[in-house]
Amino acid sequence: MARIELNNLAHRYAPGGEYALQPMQHVWEDGGAYALLGPSGCGKTTLLNIISGLVQPSEGQVLFDGVDVTHRSTEERNIGQVFQFPVVYDTMTVFQNLAFPLRNRKMAEDYVNRRVRQVAEMLSLTDVLDRRARNLTADAKQKISLGRGLVREDVSAVLFDEPLTVIDPHLKWQLRRKLREVHEQLNLTLVYVTHDQTEALTFADKVVVMLAGQVLQVGTPQELFERPAHTFVGYFIGSPGMNFMPCELSGNEALVDGERIAIDPATAAAASQNGGSLQLGIRPELVRLATEGESGLLLKVDQVEDLGEHQLVTGHFGSHQFHVRLDESEKINSDGLRLVFPVEHTLLYADEHLVGAGGAKHG
Amino acid sequence: MDKREYQWAWLMVLPVLVLVAFSAVIPLMTVVNYSLQDILGRSAFFVGAEWFEETLNNSRLQAALMRQFAFSFTILAIQIPLGIGIALLMPKRGWQASAVLILITMPLLVPWNVVGSMWQIFTRGDIGLAGFIIRELGYDYNITANAVDAWVTIIIMDIWHWTPLVALLCYSGLRSIPEAYFQAARIDRASKWATFRYIQLPKLTNVLVIAVLLRFMHSFMIYAEPFVLTGGGPGSSTTFLSQSLATMAIAQQDLGPSAAFSITYFLIILAVSYVFYVTIMNMQKEKAAQQGAGGAE
Amino acid sequence: MSLVLEGVSRSVEGVPYLDNINLVCERGEFNVLLGLTRAGKTTLMRVMAGLEPLNAGRVLEDGVDVSKVSVRKRSLGMVYQQFINYPAMSVYENIASPLRLERLPKADIDRRVRDEAARLGIDHLLDRLPSELSGGQQQRCAMARALVRDAKLILLDEPLVNLDYKLREGLRSELRALFADRDTVVVYATTEPEEALILGGKTAVLHEGRLLQHGPTAEVYRNPVNTTVTQVFADPPMNLMQARIEDGQFYVDGREGIELPPHLSHLATGHYTLGLRPHHLFASDRGQGSVSLVGEVEVAEVAGSVTYIHLDVNHRDWVVLERGVHTVHPGARFEVHFHRRHLYVFDQQDRLVASPDSELGQ
Repeated sequence: MARIELNNLAHRYAPGGEYALQPMQHVWEDGGAYALLGPSGCGKTTLLNIISGLVQPSEGQVLFDGVDVTHRSTEERNIGQVFQFPVVYDTMTVFQNLAFPLRNRKMAEDYVNRRVRQVAEMLSLTDVLDRRARNLTADAKQKISLGRGLVREDVSAVLFDEPLTVIDPHLKWQLRRKLREVHEQLNLTLVYVTHDQTEALTFADKVVVMLAGQVLQVGTPQELFERPAHTFVGYFIGSPGMNFMPCELSGNEALVDGERIAIDPATAAAASQNGGSLQLGIRPELVRLATEGESGLLLKVDQVEDLGEHQLVTGHFGSHQFHVRLDESEKINSDGLRLVFPVEHTLLYADEHLVGAGGAKHG
Repeated sequence: MDKREYQWAWLMVLPVLVLVAFSAVIPLMTVVNYSLQDILGRSAFFVGAEWFEETLNNSRLQAALMRQFAFSFTILAIQIPLGIGIALLMPKRGWQASAVLILITMPLLVPWNVVGSMWQIFTRGDIGLAGFIIRELGYDYNITANAVDAWVTIIIMDIWHWTPLVALLCYSGLRSIPEAYFQAARIDRASKWATFRYIQLPKLTNVLVIAVLLRFMHSFMIYAEPFVLTGGGPGSSTTFLSQSLATMAIAQQDLGPSAAFSITYFLIILAVSYVFYVTIMNMQKEKAAQQGAGGAE
Repeated sequence: MSLVLEGVSRSVEGVPYLDNINLVCERGEFNVLLGLTRAGKTTLMRVMAGLEPLNAGRVLEDGVDVSKVSVRKRSLGMVYQQFINYPAMSVYENIASPLRLERLPKADIDRRVRDEAARLGIDHLLDRLPSELSGGQQQRCAMARALVRDAKLILLDEPLVNLDYKLREGLRSELRALFADRDTVVVYATTEPEEALILGGKTAVLHEGRLLQHGPTAEVYRNPVNTTVTQVFADPPMNLMQARIEDGQFYVDGREGIELPPHLSHLATGHYTLGLRPHHLFASDRGQGSVSLVGEVEVAEVAGSVTYIHLDVNHRDWVVLERGVHTVHPGARFEVHFHRRHLYVFDQQDRLVASPDSELGQ
């Protein structure tokens, strides 16, 4: 188990070329579950490869528990890794697969036996220990890959590279549960790369959202949902993403196409000092319908999608498209909806960055 | 589906059928015809299985057959491991990989009888580089007089000529193994040997079966190289089946026995190839079974 | 045109892929084939296209048996999971290719290619090669190619499955409009219930090669005929429990009898399966005589806007859907509440006998 420090880390594939990873400074706590989330090409895989030792960063250091491992090879870093597709030793049994890393390290056979059974128990592989690995399903194979990392008690960290890609959609939650359980039981440092928000938010204590080689936000799933630090995070997390509308500031109110929306005074004050081009952001599930007698902004409704569990309304304020997510039971007036923007959920963004607490720029 | 479409499809295959008929079926039938008759000038009469009995009881041919098996299994035993070894040592990428690939492919580009001449000159005691050096080292090397020398030389020549094929096949097989396997092996601290034994070798199995099959058929029919190099000698120590056959059919004009012999020869190759074929199919079936029943989607 | 499948069966080497499928798809309608992986959706589409021979049954187009007509003689457009385009042709040429085969006048082709590209939002990319496009754009190009020739039948086989979820979101919401005013039979295969609901039209639920239910999408969703449909057409699947009904009360998990809600009052004494949708389970007591059960948290899946909490409730895998992002630890005790009016009931022959939305069996 290890605490991972990325010290002024940056990477360029060619000297003097563009940064594949912008300079960054992060500490990932021992025993934490971290997810690197972003669209393809955002640099998350490069970062994982730097941590695993497959890629040498062009600048900065990687520290495991304070020890500089930047120039150490993958095998010297004592990590485990689960790949996008199952990597198992086909000709070996499940037991032999799990025992392999221990036997290669010349552990005593009775210890190997004990430890393998312990890990197999944890991953629900006990029943198949004597089966050949190649005859198993993809999810069992992925558990074997994971098991080969976990079987070493001193493993520094386990890295995951989109490990659920080949898993049947209806079985994914079971593997996600296994991963959570493993994390809660063993308190290991885990790093998980994915482009899928559900994977990241389900797996991780802290999600690292990346775009174009840059870390935009490191936060808990709740923080990413409620207070996205960057408009991209707001867009990328949530289905559909956050609503954004360009606005101007007038006292403690935002002006959107002449309509006034109340803003938290502290945020408004910070925004007026900050300057920059302003946008108002609010989640489709955090706006609410005005109750009778309450005044609200009128949303022109373009489309209502009944998704069983909820209804998704697509409409517009002036020229700005706007989504609202409502309960299945809400009656929707197809002419328009009166909406209330709760102050605590109405956020301001200056030049794409969140204004106010927690909105400090990363970079 | 559309029946008429299938009939059209058969029509498209017709030229190939005609071609195969002329190139393989008709000559083969001629041979079968000869093998059952005694042909003297213009007259021919039916002899039944007589020629087959004669060839099967011919001790010279029996000896040649044993020699042939010994040769094929020897070169397989050497070329397959050697080919794997070379493939493992070949660089994986960059200009070095291209360079090595070109170098290694060279022997495959040399025509078979030229290979024989090259080695014939190469191993001559007077002007051949190898022959001269070995003699200088004090060994009385002479492939025209010493059967062991001749044998060893032919085997080395065949290894030189054909191991590259095995190496190329294995190389492509090795290249198709995803990098993640090697990374996983490093993380598990697998030794070089364990990596080979548990990752590379299992992933090479299919390729190896093909290599073995090709090399067996090839080597079992070897003719030009030893014929040019040793002429089958000294004595008949390097006279393989195809050379015996050629002698019988062309030099002695024993058309009936040589036809019977050809068919026997053909059946042996067919039988051994069939065994290999069944092995491959079984392996593929096992594979398909692994991928789970019902691939409807 | 209309496409009718009559008693279609298909098996390969004794393995049945399709078992006696009867299905009518009308023109101008969106037909969704919904099923888990390996339900037979792709095989059924191949049958519709004429790519797959039948062991039994017929395929009729406008009343004409086309079971034996080659795919090349049919009017058909198809979009696959993979982004299949001609790699050496520009987007323009890709979209134009089916029209060129029909030898249409140049001006006609140009107009239709540009129209179709505009509808799919790729008109600014016409000069690019497919390899220079993002996944979403590549799939738009493949769709434009399938749509441009106004084929009588358009088949889409999980076209969005290989896209990142953000791209999927974008394209998905456009699909309905894209097919709205076309005079063709559109068949769309998917594993995702949400896609079926967004696309609307009619849904056919397939499972293990059999057609379980076919009808207007919302109707199938609200009144699933059996428990298998509730597992296929709901993500996460409906939560089920065994119960006994007697004297106007129902008994679950050895608890005291609970009074039946009005929509279940007609049910006779006996054993039933009760179903509850994940969003009808609440983490807090909502009053109004709600019922509570206790489970243990297995995992909380956070899907951006909602959290799926997987529970073990008396050895049943249940899922609770909560809005927003919630962190719950595996192993924690979790109390769920539900309203009796949300209950679905299936009898012992696994037929729906009561649902919150209908007056079944009255």
